[in-house]
Amino acid sequence: MLQIECPWCGLRDETEYHYGGQAHVAYPEDPSALSDEEWAEYLFFRDNPKGPFAERWVHSGGCRKWFNAVRDTRTYEFLAVYTSNDPRPDISSLASADTAGATA
Amino acid sequence: MSHGMPGEHPEWLWRDPDPKSSYDAVVIGGGGHGLATAYYLAKNHGMTNIAILEKGWLAGGNMARNTTIIRSNYLWDESAAIYEHALKLWEELPEELDYDFLFSQRGVLNLAHSLGDVRDSVRRVEANRLNGVDAEWLTAEEVAKVCPIINISEDVRYPVLGATFQPRAGIAKHDHVAWAFARACDAMGVDIIQNCEVTGFVKDGNRVTGVETTRGRILSDTVGMVAAGHSSVLAEKAGFRLPVQSHPLQALVSELYEPVHPTVVMSNYVHVYVSQAHKGELVMGAGIDQYNGYGQRGSFHVIEHQMAAALELFPIFGRAHLLRTWGGIVDVCPDASPIIGATPVDGLYVNAGWGTGGFKATPAAGWAMAHTMATGESHELNKPFGLERFTTGHLIDEHGAAGVAH
Repeated sequence: MLQIECPWCGLRDETEYHYGGQAHVAYPEDPSALSDEEWAEYLFFRDNPKGPFAERWVHSGGCRKWFNAVRDTRTYEFLAVYTSNDPRPDISSLASADTAGATA
Repeated sequence: MSHGMPGEHPEWLWRDPDPKSSYDAVVIGGGGHGLATAYYLAKNHGMTNIAILEKGWLAGGNMARNTTIIRSNYLWDESAAIYEHALKLWEELPEELDYDFLFSQRGVLNLAHSLGDVRDSVRRVEANRLNGVDAEWLTAEEVAKVCPIINISEDVRYPVLGATFQPRAGIAKHDHVAWAFARACDAMGVDIIQNCEVTGFVKDGNRVTGVETTRGRILSDTVGMVAAGHSSVLAEKAGFRLPVQSHPLQALVSELYEPVHPTVVMSNYVHVYVSQAHKGELVMGAGIDQYNGYGQRGSFHVIEHQMAAALELFPIFGRAHLLRTWGGIVDVCPDASPIIGATPVDGLYVNAGWGTGGFKATPAAGWAMAHTMATGESHELNKPFGLERFTTGHLIDEHGAAGVAH
């Protein structure tokens, strides 16, 4: 089981959390102005990298707040945890010693 | 069956060729779907100057990790058509490939545990019948006649209220399926090239003209991506995104036991599916881990949850010993249906997004993908499953028939 650091509650078991997929996907400012292709892109297409991934989690069994994390999808190691108000960290500077040398 | 009984293998079933500098078509991925694609390219379309490029060893990904369930009782017309085509091919393949891969049509029960489940299940039975798929609705007592070890007591958290039953469904020995296809491909001249990872695409404008690999550049104007959990990684190298997310999916087996489980039992509601392999292991799978992951392993609490469900359904398993657990990487689409068809790059085709249930579709996926690669046009079977459905909105929502328990 993953151990996940909630920015407000600290380290807790994965079973207290739910996953929210890719972070930093903004709702389109004017959805009616989008083409079908652009709307499909917003609705159904997400990044799916093999490596560091900025993603959303919610501490549903705790404080019930959403937050963001950068996690390596190869090792599942959490590289950063930050609140939704914080800017996205520079992912390239986060790659750990373990994962930097791993083949993509 | 002159060859192919377990234990009677010759030392090598296929050659181990070096890659040529070019082919008429290249299939990326030497799993079940890649092998079936190459098989039907050669058999149905006469294309034998082709290669399968496998980054690891043949059938070492999800083809080695699935729970081998074969069925076609999906809700929507589009799905019933392709899965039923697959089931009909499964019924012919042992003879056609001259290889007894232990395809056993022992039936599948999909259990219902709530009023909503019951209504959905009965609806699916009727939809299946209209599509020529064998399906019956069974009461709890009838379920116990098919599979006496199921606990149909009302005194459990989620009592069994009934089940759909597809008698023609079953299981097959997955690794033997791969070997059967590989031997047949090889005999028709297909090059199966292992330890050959695709690292990039060669393009002329928006047209694919070949691939870069760890064993050098291989030219081909027709390239098929059949890479399951790694489809997004390949698509990114080709310059586009797919609407899939890769998740860990775990399964496990018990130690060997006497035959106690005569069929396949699946429950979406309590999240487990169980059959017994010919050798005697109880084979069980569950739902995906919630997070994206390429690690071929998942979290232990998912296994605990699945075991709790299995024990409630099958109290007889209470003393069974777990032998082995493992994980694969499944590429899940938003509508729990696959993608087979053209990509934004000319000459490059994709077969992906099968999520947790690709094994059963192996021959039909190969059939449709081969047609698409050979002719440049989708087959009737995969027309509804193109990437464009995410723009048109014509999704094929199979969460009910597929969702957790594929």
